[in-house]
Amino acid sequence: MPPATTTVLDAKAMERTLRRMADEILELASGSDNLVIVGIQRRGVQLADRLVALIKSRDGLEIPRGALDITLYRDDLQTVGPRPVVGKTDLPFDLEGKLIVIVDDVLYTGRTVRAALDELADFGRPARIALAVLVDRGGRELPIHADIIGKKVDIAASDRVDVHVSELDQKDAVTIVRRDAA
Amino acid sequence: MSAPLGKDLVGLEGLSREQLQLVLDAAEGFKEVSERAIKKVPTLRGQTIVNLFFEASTRTRVSFEFAEKRLSADTVNVASSGSSVSKGETLVDTARNLEAMRIDMVVIRHPSSGAARFLAERIKSNVINAGDGTHEHPTQGLLDMLTLRDKFGKLDGLKVCLCGDVLHSRVARSNIFGLRTMGAEVAICGPRSLLPGDVGQLGVTVFDRIEAAIEWADALNVLRLQLERMSAGYIPSLREYNRVFGVTRERLDRAPRDLLILHPGPMNRGVEIDSNVADGPHSVILDQVTNGVAVRMAVLYLLAGARAEPSRGGDAR
Repeated sequence: MPPATTTVLDAKAMERTLRRMADEILELASGSDNLVIVGIQRRGVQLADRLVALIKSRDGLEIPRGALDITLYRDDLQTVGPRPVVGKTDLPFDLEGKLIVIVDDVLYTGRTVRAALDELADFGRPARIALAVLVDRGGRELPIHADIIGKKVDIAASDRVDVHVSELDQKDAVTIVRRDAA
Repeated sequence: MSAPLGKDLVGLEGLSREQLQLVLDAAEGFKEVSERAIKKVPTLRGQTIVNLFFEASTRTRVSFEFAEKRLSADTVNVASSGSSVSKGETLVDTARNLEAMRIDMVVIRHPSSGAARFLAERIKSNVINAGDGTHEHPTQGLLDMLTLRDKFGKLDGLKVCLCGDVLHSRVARSNIFGLRTMGAEVAICGPRSLLPGDVGQLGVTVFDRIEAAIEWADALNVLRLQLERMSAGYIPSLREYNRVFGVTRERLDRAPRDLLILHPGPMNRGVEIDSNVADGPHSVILDQVTNGVAVRMAVLYLLAGARAEPSRGGDAR
């Protein structure tokens, strides 16, 4: 049986979801001047860009955007081996006293977020760190939760969530690939 | 377990284009770590690295040590003159003692060609060659390639000439292997007495006149004239060497294009290179040093986790 692919969010639904997430980020910041948005490489960075653009077009606010590559903070170098360093960490602002919203595409085990928290701590002491994810697929291995969730899906460990962004993948979509489709 | 470079980095000879590309791309990502306020990431936390230097070195040893510390590894420096004891016994003994102390990696500099491979075949730890005799100095070759790629955007089709004492230069050999694999054209230039006898097998162009090399090349990698070898009679005098082969402002001014100038250091100013060239606008000599740390971080990172058995048993002899 070939793997079955289902689309959970098409381009339109993804746009709507991001718009809602942008509103929720502003609500969470409740007028703070210290809000910054930090995307996790790779697709978290494109999603962070979208959120920054949505906030600008709807509320006229310029929110600084940073990027984190957590490859060097992974906890599986000794078991999985090195992975290519694809992106760069770029935090063009002082973290002291900031309200940081980390943006990632999929929240799964929580290990990526753990690494991101460790990396941010090496750069400074923000006032608060919140987490926004486009997809929460459950399966946490660490006590980590998202403050803002685009879409929750309940799927098996063998299934895979693919987030496509037009900047890298020529289309916007969230799909689930089921490995043992019945 | 993925081991993109294998267990060791002994030389650039035999590495594929994809492997070289991987190291250079990874190094690109590591540059940023050295620009942070806190220049440290936890990647190699808990790893123990021994820097085993049987030969004098400042730049390379310090560069490796910075790379290791910025990746959070624990490092120990062992310096040894290694003069009277025969190479074989010394290295086997050293290797066994190091292994007994549960180390993870060894960075070795040794006056004998082949010393790095010798050690790599006898210990389970990763071995990185930091220069062995006149054989190879792979991380220097990689940092030269990274510097060239930074400035030209690519290595494919680039014309690079290695000038001077090619015969004794492990830097030259690593550059030749690496650059040719990446599609660059490589030439060598120097007095015949300082060019290797097997030039035909290296696949490089040979220039007898520095003026011809300057006319041809996009970049010159000016090698150190190894002054300690003067007594061997390779060249008549330093002044004559500078007059015939020195990379001078006057010679570069006559070039059809601006040449990028590299030098692996330490420099003999006024011998193989004039000060106004070394400190001039087209010199990237200090960029090479900066890139050295990033390249070494990349190599340490890519070798970490590769824990293959040694290819020959450590107790075999």
